Amino acid sequence: MTVRDSEMPAIRAERLVKIYGEGNTEVVAMQDASMHVNRGEVVALLGPSGSGKSTFLTAVGLINPPTSGQIFIGSTLVLDGERPHADLRSMRRQHIGFIFQKSNLIPFLSAVENVQIAMELNGQTSIAARRRALELMDYLGVAERADNLPSMLSGGQQQRVAVARALANKPSVILADEPTAALDSRRSRQVMELLATVAHEQGAGVIVVTHDHRALDVFDALYEMEDGRMRRKKSVIHSVIS
Amino acid sequence: MNLATKDIRRNLGRFALTCLGISMLLMVVMGMGGIYRGIVEDATLLIDRIGADLWIVQRDTRGPFAEVSRVPRNLVHRALAVPGVSSAREFLYHTIQRERNGKPLRIAVLGLSWPADKGEWLPLTAGRPLGQAHFEMIADTSLGLALDEQLTLGEDTYRVVGQTESMISSSGDGIGFFTVADARVIQFDQTGEAVRLERAAREARGRQFDVARAQPQLLENAVRPAAELPQIAGPQISAVMLHVLPGRDRGQVAEIVSAWGDVSVYTKDAQRELLLQGSVEKVRRQIGLFRILLVIIAAIIMALILYTMTLDKIHSIALLKLIGAPNKVILALIMQQALVLGTIGFGIAYLLGQRVFPLFPRRVILDGSDLLQLAGIVLLISLGSSLLGLWRAMRVSPNEALS
Ligand SMILES: Nc1ncnc2c1ncn2[C@@H]1O[C@H](COP(=O)(O)OP(=O)(O)OP(=O)(O)O)[C@@H](O)[C@H]1O
Ligand SMILES: [Mg+2]
Repeated sequence: MTVRDSEMPAIRAERLVKIYGEGNTEVVAMQDASMHVNRGEVVALLGPSGSGKSTFLTAVGLINPPTSGQIFIGSTLVLDGERPHADLRSMRRQHIGFIFQKSNLIPFLSAVENVQIAMELNGQTSIAARRRALELMDYLGVAERADNLPSMLSGGQQQRVAVARALANKPSVILADEPTAALDSRRSRQVMELLATVAHEQGAGVIVVTHDHRALDVFDALYEMEDGRMRRKKSVIHSVIS
Repeated sequence: MNLATKDIRRNLGRFALTCLGISMLLMVVMGMGGIYRGIVEDATLLIDRIGADLWIVQRDTRGPFAEVSRVPRNLVHRALAVPGVSSAREFLYHTIQRERNGKPLRIAVLGLSWPADKGEWLPLTAGRPLGQAHFEMIADTSLGLALDEQLTLGEDTYRVVGQTESMISSSGDGIGFFTVADARVIQFDQTGEAVRLERAAREARGRQFDVARAQPQLLENAVRPAAELPQIAGPQISAVMLHVLPGRDRGQVAEIVSAWGDVSVYTKDAQRELLLQGSVEKVRRQIGLFRILLVIIAAIIMALILYTMTLDKIHSIALLKLIGAPNKVILALIMQQALVLGTIGFGIAYLLGQRVFPLFPRRVILDGSDLLQLAGIVLLISLGSSLLGLWRAMRVSPNEALS
């Protein structure tokens, strides 16, 4: 990865605001949250519960449009407030990989099919998709459970299948919301390192929401949210020590 | 990868049960159509089988099937004299209900014009046509009479010499074929006491007349059998059937006969219409309406089933949207399952129906064009009823995959 590559933007969020509800029940979940992630960069998003981390992540994931603000994927403007400037679903399919706290696999598909389907939806043939799915699962150490249904896998195994699915289409952005919540510390560190490796090898911009302060050293940058506001922390080392 | 079949395979047991349920429902819809066909077919079957070109009946009646008709026996000879007529036969038809082994036995009694007509035209499944002028009968299997069995009706006993299948009256009773003479005896089956009483009444009436007072020996006639008395009309028959010579115009023959003041004449087609528009019409409409109702119910139930099937998958559908599946993938998932459900349901309904319907007391006819029509309806229902599920699936936001 060259320096120039790493300075290509993967995703950019400008002054995102999200307001849930109206009148009495109005909740401002996000206020002027901005973030810039380059390709090959791995960013951690920290913050107390209810500070708006998931809201931010689903906004930049084009699932839950912000009330105002702009979201760029690469250098294309995709969302301006709630107004889409591109087909959100196909943007998600082609450019974004998701990993969530709960594994979120399709229950009636086997592990390998769950990975395969993401690629088939993106226009790959089923043979090619299956081959790559098995490679990815092998890489993540769950190849031997390829033909099992998600309900027969452990939480950690399910999470790794979900990671495989997120990586399947070689997305330029990977969004992970507490991906290691279901894992022990050894496994969770493994997943974090894996995300970092993928980011560096594939040139993807990665945003990881995490509460786990032990693995912060793998990140290139740290952001913190509090009451809907986003703040970039000075340095990784500083936070790790403090 | 086909998501619809993957999902079905995962929930195979439940899907199979659902198919079975739908198939039962469709079988009932199918059966209703079959019963409708059966009634129409049965109503006209006798007329078609007998195959007479023209029917002469009592003037202004719609007999002999739709209502009672009485014509004199000698009408046969009059009819034979009409140019163009190749044969004229007596026809006697009435329904009796007797008791046999403690159960009611309904027989549509049909008199054959012995000796011209021994019932050779009947599609016999066993036995032979009538072989003598009296005390033999051909019974439809639906009457439950075995070959060679003896059946006592009134004073006389009849032996079953032949059997037919699905020869039934328009009201569904099995037909028993007798000679006209026997059929008449069965109809006017009188005990000795009744005959004696009638003769005594005749004598009593005679005494009222001056002629009898002047010539008392005339009263001796009163106790003689009715057939020997010119004043008393001979027993009557229901109708006369005509066959027209090949190449001759039926219309012409009918025109001549209808000029006679005491009878009306109908062609075979007119007879069929009389039955369909008369006695069968209400049943037909009733079943037709019931069938429409069932189709609507089937549509509603299928819609609900497909809706719940969609609800069961709603999380997966949200997830598919989240990872960027276009709407057509989700549409295909739901529609394909609806079609599979409809097709399998229809198939099982057909197979099941073929085993179950023959056990019904009346005929259920699965007509090819009816089945095709129903298949079309099921197709429309399947697609139409998946709309509710589709509407729900289209509304779900990818956000719901996260909750
Ligand atoms: N759909 C919603 N409707 C109304 N309010 C919401 C909704 N989703 C989130 N909120 C509110 O927005 C605020 C931010 O929520 P968010 O889920 O982004 O927090 P979070 O930082 O992810 O918290 P956690 O660490 O517990 O996951 C919270 O106050 C929450 O109650
Ligand atoms: Mg959260």
